[in-house]
Amino acid sequence: MTAPFSVSRLNVSYAGRPALSDVTWQAAPGLTAILGPNGAGKSTLLKAALGLIPADSGEARFFGLPLDQARARVAYLPQRASVDWDFPASALDIVAMARLPRMRWWGPVPRAEREAARVALAAVGLADLADRQIGRLSGGQQQRVFLARALAQGADLFLMDEPMAAVDAVTEQTILAVLHGLAREGKSVLMVHHDLSLITAHFDQVLILAGGVIAAGPVGEAFTDSAIARAFGGLPGRPAG
Amino acid sequence: MIGHNTLIVLLGCAALGAASGVVGAFALLRGRALLADAIGHAALPGVVAASLLMAALGGPARSLAPLLLGAALSAWLGLLALRALTASGRIRQDAAIGVVLSAFYALGTVGLSVAQAMPEAAQAGLSHFILGQAATMTEGDALLAGGLALGCMAVIAALFHPLRALCFDEAFARSQGLPIRWLDLALLALLLAVCVAGLPAVGLLLVVALLIVPAAAARLVTRGLPAMVVLAGALGAAAGASGALISTRFENIPTGAAVVLAGLLGFGAALAFQRR
Repeated sequence: MTAPFSVSRLNVSYAGRPALSDVTWQAAPGLTAILGPNGAGKSTLLKAALGLIPADSGEARFFGLPLDQARARVAYLPQRASVDWDFPASALDIVAMARLPRMRWWGPVPRAEREAARVALAAVGLADLADRQIGRLSGGQQQRVFLARALAQGADLFLMDEPMAAVDAVTEQTILAVLHGLAREGKSVLMVHHDLSLITAHFDQVLILAGGVIAAGPVGEAFTDSAIARAFGGLPGRPAG
Repeated sequence: MIGHNTLIVLLGCAALGAASGVVGAFALLRGRALLADAIGHAALPGVVAASLLMAALGGPARSLAPLLLGAALSAWLGLLALRALTASGRIRQDAAIGVVLSAFYALGTVGLSVAQAMPEAAQAGLSHFILGQAATMTEGDALLAGGLALGCMAVIAALFHPLRALCFDEAFARSQGLPIRWLDLALLALLLAVCVAGLPAVGLLLVVALLIVPAAAARLVTRGLPAMVVLAGALGAAAGASGALISTRFENIPTGAAVVLAGLLGFGAALAFQRR
């Protein structure tokens, strides 16, 4: 079976400073957590793979194909702080953006696409807030709008950039439930994550980064104290597994 | 009683205002609104050069089309200069806009003083491009403005969903494979068209306000993008028409200033009644 996601010899730098060096890695199907300290290149890996920032060299493949041939199977969930939540739109407007590749570019959003957006909002517990202005949602609810938008893409692989950063307990539980639901449907998730306490209970694999690959593989094998220590440089106050 | 000429001017300015409001709404949300200022100022050398060229060739000095063509070309050069300056990442967009607009404006001012030393024909009406003088609008100019307004609205309507997605979340839109470059280029072309068409009526100093003020006001009081765009267009049209009316009644008030002050009334009202 083809890996849902792989990168080979990926090098990325910002203004001459290397952010990722020679990353070669292949994701197995299921739930993968991408771990590492700040500046480890976790978000950079997702963005470079999706062509959102230029890579110096290397390539990414999705289900064995270049991105352009696999786009419909790939959903991206950017960091919540990357957009202006005062934008004049409702939760439903935002989630319906996921259906853009299936829609014509003008006129009202077709009923079927609005329905798909409503289903996705219901899946993250926001059915009642579909028509609310996004600026009037809580941070956790905004994060769930982003998750719903990714779900509404109907993809097989989800690249999520820190969806669990600074969210409330309800949102955290919702996201975990959605992740397990996706895994049950045979979908794959790569999630940039920071909370080491949730890894063992909820993820199948880890990729531990610190400018390059420190460790990768099934949680039971790769998520070790020594790998964490090497990635985080023995920072105090980090739970080790 | 409004005479035929005044009516033409009113309708032309209303159409310009509507187009500016609609295009300005997207420019504002995309963080490109200040480009209108750069475009306005960068247009001046082109206007002057075109008029000098027309005078040298013995062409009709008062015909608007060559002047606007010159304005568009020189504004386009300004945008290219802007892109070249910001390409390395060492100069930020705001600094680059400051450099480009002052450089082009200074160049245009020098050209203007050269033109003023020339026979009457070369400089006729050129100063109107700075502060705006809608009263000189002809029926043809008004028709041009109306056609432009309709064209801009048609393009915005045709690209509504991808433009909205781009303005909200560029990374996501890009990840979906939307043609970001082309969408941005389309928005830039609309911005350029509206600014250049607005130059003779509103003037290069204040054309930026016609793009930003109605859009900013509409954003304060609406919850959805379609409502914001429609309201920005309506506010722009109202500001254009009332500003033109004021400046045709009081000859000493330049149209640009009158239009902007009328628009600011709307902005003040929006501030007072903004959504919470």
